[in-house]
Amino acid sequence: MSDAVAGSSTRGRPIKAAVSIDERVRPRRSFLKPLFRKRPAQIGGGIILLLVLCAISAPFISPYDPYRIITSDRLKPPSAQHWLGTDDLGRDQLSRIIHGTRTTLSIGIISVGIAMAIGVPIGVFSGYYGGRVDLLVMRWIDIMLAFPYILLALAIVATLGPNLRNAMIAIGISSVPGWARLVRGNVLAVKGNDYVTAARALGASDGRVMFAHVLPNTLSSAVVLATLQYPAAVLAAAALSFVGLGAQPPSPEWGALLVGARDWIWTASWLVNYPGVAIFLTILAFNLFGNALRDTLDPTLRDL
Amino acid sequence: MVVYATRRLLFLVPVVLGVLTLVFLIRALVPGDPIDILFFGQMRPDKATVDAMRREYGLDVSLPVQYIRFLGSVVRGDLGKSVRTRRPVRAEIQARYKNTLLLAFGSLAVAVVVGLSMGILAAVKRDTPVDTVTMILAMWGLSMPAFWFGLIMISVFSVRLRWLPVMGSESLKHLILPALTLGLIASTVLARITRSSMLDVLSAQYIRTARAKGLQYGVIILRHALKNALIPVVTILGLQMGGLLGGAFIIEIVFSWHGVGEMAVQAIQQRDFPVVQGVVVVVAVTYVLINLAVDLTYSALDPRIVYE
Repeated sequence: MSDAVAGSSTRGRPIKAAVSIDERVRPRRSFLKPLFRKRPAQIGGGIILLLVLCAISAPFISPYDPYRIITSDRLKPPSAQHWLGTDDLGRDQLSRIIHGTRTTLSIGIISVGIAMAIGVPIGVFSGYYGGRVDLLVMRWIDIMLAFPYILLALAIVATLGPNLRNAMIAIGISSVPGWARLVRGNVLAVKGNDYVTAARALGASDGRVMFAHVLPNTLSSAVVLATLQYPAAVLAAAALSFVGLGAQPPSPEWGALLVGARDWIWTASWLVNYPGVAIFLTILAFNLFGNALRDTLDPTLRDL
Repeated sequence: MVVYATRRLLFLVPVVLGVLTLVFLIRALVPGDPIDILFFGQMRPDKATVDAMRREYGLDVSLPVQYIRFLGSVVRGDLGKSVRTRRPVRAEIQARYKNTLLLAFGSLAVAVVVGLSMGILAAVKRDTPVDTVTMILAMWGLSMPAFWFGLIMISVFSVRLRWLPVMGSESLKHLILPALTLGLIASTVLARITRSSMLDVLSAQYIRTARAKGLQYGVIILRHALKNALIPVVTILGLQMGGLLGGAFIIEIVFSWHGVGEMAVQAIQQRDFPVVQGVVVVVAVTYVLINLAVDLTYSALDPRIVYE
């Protein structure tokens, strides 16, 4: 966007580039203030910050090695030595949950990243070129949306084989239709604007118009979708791991920690409770933050 | 209406064809030879047996021919044979499909009853603690992993209180916990939509008129407001059916409920692709049909919506 301004000023037009860039930058920066004035954003953001710190410093703050098996410490309830108790192999549950933060947070980033990397270009091309390309893409999206989300992910895991990497790919691909549809809609709304016509009149190539002019102006809803899809991806990955189709033992992924938890529900309820609380709080934090962000950036996006 | 319904049904043909193509690709794209995968970690039988198996599962011809055969047999209602049990996939699915539908519709019933009442109550008692609690519950429902909630339900109602059985699908008593688990989570989203839709309607002129002519408040809410507020609710219900069908897959594992979800997950672990394919086809087609039903419900709810 700023390139267009710079470009036109080099052509000797009396546009003061510095001023116009300044005017454009200011409203973008200022959304942070109203965002963090909202209580849900404060709570959600606070928890997210804690999680990130936890993930970064996992090896330093966890009291034990999360993989070390101590058979004499099997199924110990929470105590001063083991704050959250130990599992059926005598591993310290607090350490496992802390290390699991790393897996969980990266699952979200990678899945959403995959979804964006495929979905955004499809949406941009489909919306920008319209016509037959658009029709084909939309029919394809209809077909993808004929699968319930988890079913599609399961089908993909079935193809690739059950492990964490494939679960992330499956979740990413399953969210592609949603991304393509959102971006396409936004591109359709933006591409009729005068500045797009202006950029084309200046001789910008299709690729340049699409990715330098149209796409940046559809960013705010993409940011909102990403923050709201993040918790959905984490939840789906935990569910897949829980049924044995995601992270495999001995990974401390939180869903995987709950595998077989039902067998311990009678005798060792701490094995069920704490990993679940961790998943719940993480998803809650991202949902709170994402909702607040959506309300701040674009209140018309209520349906996302 | 009939014309519209017929046209929508015809529109299903390309969608179902697409679903079948994707499902076919699931097996076609699996890296490696299917027979090798089947005998992974075991001693491979002699060549004659392998060739016989290849013929038995229709793997001895090229992929395009396999694709045409696959479409042909699905149209005839034949979903192939399970690699593990050697039984027809269709029979295996038939035996379990009923259970999955029972669970999905059972949770739908819970979601509708709880969600609508909560939503109406929150709208009527706007800005009171009831309203606040509903909104907090909505956030809770959005963030609650269903499988964990299921485990908690088991630990409360089966382990501590000993009211309900832990697992199995033998009786309707077994249905209560899984249906509550899925239904309560879905109800919170429904409550939020019902609330906001009701609030829109309650400020309409005709509600004021109804009050002015002295109608009972309950009658106004249920007959005048609710009926008009239902359209967005039905839309969300249609979308949630997908979530409930998918959620049923995971919840079936938690409660050992013998539905197609449990079957599909086991089949994936055992690399029994015909079964996975069969389940995916059946559930996707079910979901498409449910969405059609939702669209047709609109005009029943609102005579202003006319389909051509």
